Amino acid sequence: MSIAHALRRPVLWLAIVAMLCLVVAGSLLLCCAPPPAVPLQPAASAPAAQAVAQGRYLALAGNCAGCHTARGGEPYAGGRGIPTPFGTVYAGNLTPHETGLKGWTAEHFWHALHHGRGADGRALVPAFPYTEYTRIQRADSDALFAFLQTLTPINQPNRAHELRWPYGTQAALAAWRWLYFKPGVHEPDASQSPQWNRGAYLVQGLGHCAACHASRNALGGKQSSWGGSEMPAQHWQAPALNRADQAGVATWSQEEVAAFLRTGRSAKGHANGPMAEVVMSSTQHLLPADLAAVAAYLRSLPPDPAAQAARFEPSPQQAEQGSALYADHCANCHGKQGEGGRTASGTLAAPALAGNRLVTQSPAANLVKLMAQGGFGAATWAEPLPFGMPPFEHVLSDAQLAAVATYLRSSWGHQAAPVQVHEVARWRGAAMP
Amino acid sequence: MRGMKPWLAAAALLIHLGATAQPVPDTLAQRLAPCTQCHGEQGRAAPDGYHPRLAGKPAGYLYNQLLNFQDGRRHYGPMVQVLALLPPQHLRQMAEHFAALELPYPPPARSQANAATLLRGQELALRGDAARRLPACTACHGAQLMGTLPATPSLLGLPQDYLVAQLGAWANGQRKAHAPDCMAEVAERLQGPDLAAVAAWLAAQPVPQRAKAEPRPVAASPLRCGSAP
Repeated sequence: MSIAHALRRPVLWLAIVAMLCLVVAGSLLLCCAPPPAVPLQPAASAPAAQAVAQGRYLALAGNCAGCHTARGGEPYAGGRGIPTPFGTVYAGNLTPHETGLKGWTAEHFWHALHHGRGADGRALVPAFPYTEYTRIQRADSDALFAFLQTLTPINQPNRAHELRWPYGTQAALAAWRWLYFKPGVHEPDASQSPQWNRGAYLVQGLGHCAACHASRNALGGKQSSWGGSEMPAQHWQAPALNRADQAGVATWSQEEVAAFLRTGRSAKGHANGPMAEVVMSSTQHLLPADLAAVAAYLRSLPPDPAAQAARFEPSPQQAEQGSALYADHCANCHGKQGEGGRTASGTLAAPALAGNRLVTQSPAANLVKLMAQGGFGAATWAEPLPFGMPPFEHVLSDAQLAAVATYLRSSWGHQAAPVQVHEVARWRGAAMP
Repeated sequence: MRGMKPWLAAAALLIHLGATAQPVPDTLAQRLAPCTQCHGEQGRAAPDGYHPRLAGKPAGYLYNQLLNFQDGRRHYGPMVQVLALLPPQHLRQMAEHFAALELPYPPPARSQANAATLLRGQELALRGDAARRLPACTACHGAQLMGTLPATPSLLGLPQDYLVAQLGAWANGQRKAHAPDCMAEVAERLQGPDLAAVAAWLAAQPVPQRAKAEPRPVAASPLRCGSAP
């Protein structure tokens, strides 16, 4: 939905009026409770090598560089624009330069992660997911900071966020925080195993999986931690982690989940788009014990009982449409019956499409984007030269892409809703930010 | 399918999942199917008249371009998407694979340009224009215009639209190479009718059979180039 369309809806106007009320309320909150500033201090003594090594690992587990590295820029030096529904947020420079975190202390860093405030006490925008990072333990925060302080200092001044008024104002942030943010620590669940608790800590905290996989309201507040949502500006759909028809893994084995996170591949599904990036930059580096812990926790997420996939029964014409295109363009790798392709040595080259949730998931944005734009699988230690999906946007028209997608969604026992031509036009076009 | 009970659908699904997998060749060429989809079979250029050939270009040039797309010096959306986050060793293998291919090329499309334009294009390509401080293309891209090692590309076998788009993008800063960006200087001086003329002449030349990139030129390069130091 475009902004112009959105503004025609009364409910959006109500939301805007509510937002203005919140700004006023936020201003009152600000004047009553000034943010605590932490004084800048000279750098402490050299951090222990062990803490630095631990911090380096944690920075990979949290994929800090994923947001804090611009295209072609130095790792962790910031400058990457993160699209949000409220404008573009530019990630900051984390290297120990005057333009970055030089002069910060472990205390400042902890304040940023735990309270979502910068060294000057100002509230940070929640695109920096302190709503999740608040669960990070102090020792891990200190290790991360120790590692970041060992980076080569890069001179790269932080770029101001480009957020529409009033979203970037301290008053709006104060109101937002009052509604949606409460500092908290990870509290172990005594009824669960230590492994499960470790997984919960990583998934809910440092891993900040909910940053993409939560469903959110119009103000960006979390509605359900794992309900899934469309990623801003990209049209990739972050699938729900608690739904059997999306990316829930309750019925996967622990090994299958761990293999997926380590290699981006499994017999039950591949990581694509932003998730392939997460596998390449982050989860492939997780230690086996942490992978197992994350898998144990993800498998335990209670399935969403409300979520029932709608069953669609295609007409014979719809069922036949696209079948010829599939035979011409897809069957060579994915097999005539969507059974997937493997090399002679058994390497998974093309995922099975029959029974593949990416195919049947609604909305079908990810399926359409993959067909149109293609892409290589995640390149990892386990599979440095991955097979890839050829892009079809120059080969097939929108109508043909819609026909193939509809065919896939209604073949081999699938009963998912057809894909319309206008949906293809919307989903295929979005460029990477 | 109409009226099919869910359990029947599930049973059908299980049967399909049990089917044997489609055999897929375990080759680098197969792994690079996302490239050849647009760049033509084996990277020999696509019939759509835009996507350039990859086969036979110096590996150093191809590798630099892959980095340029990743790092924001080139902006073609589909390339940026498809290359996101691939590690350098993967890009290097990709480049070496296409560089090593020796393929026959079809004759060039008949030029729509008039004789005067083609003559001016030829003069610029082979002799340059000292008055405009334009070196000949051959000074860097090889006497046969088939490129020079390690990282200067061939200019033949490329569609005219592609050549015009690249030179234009260089002139207005949309396409960049490693600094110092010698082609940006050349393209800026070349802007206008001369740019169109040289692109028209280059696109009208056949690719010499079995011709390959020359070794590094002996004569000093007329410009300093960060991409081919």
